[in-house]
Amino acid sequence: MEPKSCSGDGNPSRNLHPSKPLMAANFLRCLSRIQQTATNSSVGSRSRRIRRAAYASMAYSAGHRRAWSWALLRKLRCRRVRPVILPRRPRIARPQVVIEIDRAEVLRKLVPGGTGMDYCRLLEETADYIRCLATQVRLMQTVTDSISS
Amino acid sequence: MSSRRSSRITDEEISELISKLQSLLPESRRRSMSRASAAKLLKETCSYIKSLHREVDDLSDRLSDLMSSMDSGSPQADIIRSILRS
Repeated sequence: MEPKSCSGDGNPSRNLHPSKPLMAANFLRCLSRIQQTATNSSVGSRSRRIRRAAYASMAYSAGHRRAWSWALLRKLRCRRVRPVILPRRPRIARPQVVIEIDRAEVLRKLVPGGTGMDYCRLLEETADYIRCLATQVRLMQTVTDSISS
Repeated sequence: MSSRRSSRITDEEISELISKLQSLLPESRRRSMSRASAAKLLKETCSYIKSLHREVDDLSDRLSDLMSSMDSGSPQADIIRSILRS
């Protein structure tokens, strides 16, 4: 999916992910299910389920098109915490500024699937991930505001 | 999956992606870096992602609180309408 061009003019709707309606539908469906099935569970466990639903709806909307959503889906489907062994490309030494590589290591851990992809790809994935994440946050804010009004 | 398998990433490509990332940061974070170095921008991006993760956690907690006081006949149609309007 072609990412929306960001003119950086501060207009928040330009930074919304193209699949926002899909994310909203997924997320609300999950919320509805959580509400019906988790009426007697603790606030904390319901919060964890909601958080999981947030990342799931993000990942499902982006589908297999993106490395980050692919990595997220794999992580969500495998409930047990187990290191996922992904086929790695052999590490090729690249002539790049050392500082950028160091910073990228932090970024790689933050973006799902960030390890094992080249620097260029990582930046692309980060851009899409941020847009999707920001959309999800805005979505959750809207739902919270609607319910509490 | 990207078909780009360049073993030679040009500086131009990188700076293009970096400026794209910069445009994705919210105003408040962008203002503090008028002429950002790549390293500074990456640091800011990492910090932004972490803050977004925290927001998801916080909003999940709030939603969980709110849902406990909601009755089963929730006005979800209203919620959906207001989301699609925004």
